[in-house]
Amino acid sequence: MTVVSVLLKGGHVVDPVQGLNGKLDIRIEGEHVAAIGPDLPVDDSLVVPIPAGLILCPGFIDMHVHFREPGQEHKETIASGAAAAVTGGFVAAACMPNTDPVNDHVGITEEILHRASEAALAKVYPIGAASLGSRGEQMTEIGALKAAGCVGISDDGHPIASALMMRRALEYVSMFDMPVINHCEEPSLKGDGVAHEGYRANALGLRGIPGECESIMVGRDVSLSELTGGAVHVAHMSARQSLRAVQVGKERDVRVTCEVTPHHFILTDEDLRYDPNQFKMNPPLRAAADRDAMLSGLADGTIDVIATDHAPHHADEKAQEFAEAPFGIVGLETAVSLSLDRLVHRDVLSLSQLVTLLSSNPARILNVPGGRLAPGDAADITILSPDTTIEVAADQFRSKARNTPFDGWRLRGAVAATVVNGRVVYTNDGVAEADTIAWSSE
Amino acid sequence: MMESERIGRTLTRIAHEVVERNRGVDDIALVGIRRRGVPIAERIARILTSITGRSVETGALDITLYRDDLMRHAVAPQPLLRETDIQFSIDERRILLVDDVLYTGRTIRAALDALIDFGRPRSIQLVVLVDRGHRELPIKADYVGKNIPTSLQQSVQVRLAEEDGVDEVVLLDVQGEESLADGGGVS
Amino acid sequence: MPVEVRETVRASSELTPPRLRSKHLLSIEDLNVDEISLILDTAEAMKEIGTRRIKKVPTLRGKTVVNLFFEPSTRTRTSFEIAEKRLSADTLNMAGSTSSMLKGETLIDTARNLEAMSPDMIVLRHAASGACHLMVDGCSARIVNAGDGMHEHPTQALLDAFTIRERKSQFDGLKVAIVGDLLHSRVLRSNIQLLRALGAEICVCGPPTLIPVGIERFGVHATTSVDEAVTDADVVMLLRVQLERMHGHFFPSLREYFALYGMTSKRMERAKPDAIIMHPGPINRGVEVSSELADGPCSVILEQVANGVAIRMAVLYLLAGVEGDEEVS
Repeated sequence: MTVVSVLLKGGHVVDPVQGLNGKLDIRIEGEHVAAIGPDLPVDDSLVVPIPAGLILCPGFIDMHVHFREPGQEHKETIASGAAAAVTGGFVAAACMPNTDPVNDHVGITEEILHRASEAALAKVYPIGAASLGSRGEQMTEIGALKAAGCVGISDDGHPIASALMMRRALEYVSMFDMPVINHCEEPSLKGDGVAHEGYRANALGLRGIPGECESIMVGRDVSLSELTGGAVHVAHMSARQSLRAVQVGKERDVRVTCEVTPHHFILTDEDLRYDPNQFKMNPPLRAAADRDAMLSGLADGTIDVIATDHAPHHADEKAQEFAEAPFGIVGLETAVSLSLDRLVHRDVLSLSQLVTLLSSNPARILNVPGGRLAPGDAADITILSPDTTIEVAADQFRSKARNTPFDGWRLRGAVAATVVNGRVVYTNDGVAEADTIAWSSE
Repeated sequence: MMESERIGRTLTRIAHEVVERNRGVDDIALVGIRRRGVPIAERIARILTSITGRSVETGALDITLYRDDLMRHAVAPQPLLRETDIQFSIDERRILLVDDVLYTGRTIRAALDALIDFGRPRSIQLVVLVDRGHRELPIKADYVGKNIPTSLQQSVQVRLAEEDGVDEVVLLDVQGEESLADGGGVS
Repeated sequence: MPVEVRETVRASSELTPPRLRSKHLLSIEDLNVDEISLILDTAEAMKEIGTRRIKKVPTLRGKTVVNLFFEPSTRTRTSFEIAEKRLSADTLNMAGSTSSMLKGETLIDTARNLEAMSPDMIVLRHAASGACHLMVDGCSARIVNAGDGMHEHPTQALLDAFTIRERKSQFDGLKVAIVGDLLHSRVLRSNIQLLRALGAEICVCGPPTLIPVGIERFGVHATTSVDEAVTDADVVMLLRVQLERMHGHFFPSLREYFALYGMTSKRMERAKPDAIIMHPGPINRGVEVSSELADGPCSVILEQVANGVAIRMAVLYLLAGVEGDEEVS
């Protein structure tokens, strides 16, 4: 089989791990980066000139998504989820185990990987359950799950509520060099809560969840990580008290990392309305002070990752009373534009910092290939058009689900194309020059 | 069309007719239809008292909830509801229903329905200050102050000192211009 | 007879009558002061109908009103039913269950199915906050909120205001104390909105565990001292305490609740001499209030019940509204 050789010529490359931020050529051979540098010789490569205004980055990795297969395919499948991922500019996504059945067994892990390779779009990295059925009672066969392809363990959807179980999990995974990803939530404080405890929840008559419900478990996990030396990653952080706990941990060199979703650094509980399709998620939209804390945590590097917690649900499920509807909103197809518009264009972050949050850090934390475009690395590239303005159109999503608060938003910054293993898997018709980024892999 | 003195004389004449036809004021009670039927009823009651020396009870009837034109269209303002205030039993009484202007007759029909819900009077007679014609229902006044023939483009406005500060009856074109009426009809 | 020339006068019998702006009554928050006054004034006229021998007017004749109650409530449903029947409407009582064990149809499907039968109005009571807003999407009938979860209970607040208005000359500067389970009370939220709109000063009081976070942002003073709340109050409104709250660790026992927060004649001595006691009912004697106070001269609890019918008649009448032809005689 001929190995296709493509020379991406004259594009602006941002690769913080290699300290690159300028006009560079990239030669792709087959599925890998062969060379990267200024003015590379053409040789036998197919030359693809990169139009001005586009930025090439190591492919983005969303380390927190829910793909609902097996068991809830009416919400999303791995195929539709992978399509949503590449449309959103993500070359890879790590999917949580709260499927039906839960991914607590290698058979399920293998099924997920099989479906992902059938779809042949984004790479899918399964996260295995920490306990059987995520019931918090009995540890899963973490070694077997890792061997089957899992990149981390979590009971997401639920916290790992028992401190003893969390301690053991952290100890155990340290031999596999995987993080324990915890959905930090003290169950007795969460109760029947559906919204952030405060004035807005009161005005709407919704039961509240205080920020401390999350932060006390973040504090606990930081302590247990310090005790055990295991790596803990705080999923979907939302409360300013949680950020403080992570900061304290990092000052003490504890192996703690954390992620935040775009909705938690953009929206607040002032936006809350009786529309669970848009506004019901867990953790909930919190106060402005929490949102602002997330922004400053992103800017100063305390927060390591932007991840979407992409949580698709069927329209019927969301068309219920606020208290009855399931938690969650989708995020794969809006995250990059939201981040460009609200972080880079508002000077909260540089583009280089954003790439770190979306690519290099997730790759490092999950210990998966990616986050860099050095020779020998997979040719997984996210191509951005930071100055194209888009209007979010939920009815056009590749995801099966439409549950988003961002429908109709006009945002400055778009994904132009997504390249996975040297293949262009997505180009954006809405970006004028994107159609020139095309080559055949045959 | 009518000024204060004329209105006064007309009401006096009506009062005398009432006394004559009913052979006195035994069991007579007046019920005025809100709004302007009420002061007219009260004035007639006072005149009846001065004629006969007997006190005559009056009440006020709000017919809004009985109107046949309610609920006929989509959401729109409801006419303002005022209270009905009839402090006596109307059973076996001879009720004089009083209104300012008799026109299509629908207000009177609504008033009759309302009265029947209040009790069973021995009889109901109708007193109006002005009859402007154009009946849509078979309703007839027993006592009429003045007949004023009108066209459908006109409107008769009765103003009373108790409500409007002045006693007068004017004839208006619906656009608001006062029209010159031909000389008075027969009272 | 001389005809005098007069100035041109606009031929309108009355100024455009006041009206409700929305065809639904979902929350007090949506009403402005004029609309509130309209409802209270209309209720006065409606109250008179209850004193007649024939307590019926034909106003809503031929209209279908569905009482859709997902939470059991004999008292509120009966009040609505009487109001509907006094206006000659055809009423239909439907009960549903919000227990997810027994639940079949979603609320939206229930709304759509009802819609197919063209009811004119739906009176909805549901355990979920925001249920009425969900139903509005599925239905073109007029919706009246008879209590949605912890959110609002608009007709209760309206009848409370009506009762206060009958006993006190004005709302401006009136001192109202509201005591009880503030956290879970929809009656509280509606009353705060309404009484504040009318200019009253509100002090809310309850155990610290039952005071909602950020309650001051509603424009009220909050205290855990019932003596402070009641001092110089014109109106003392008591909220129902649900027995289940003991299991949520909100307070240890009913006995302790009554000892610290129960309203007694002794406690009421700090209020103004003509202060009134109110309660949305049903009352827990010896928990929120002592029997002697509930049955005593300053209690207007039974007046509230009577006024409930009048207020609900007014609301149904005003929402059903129609383009009136002002010149009818």
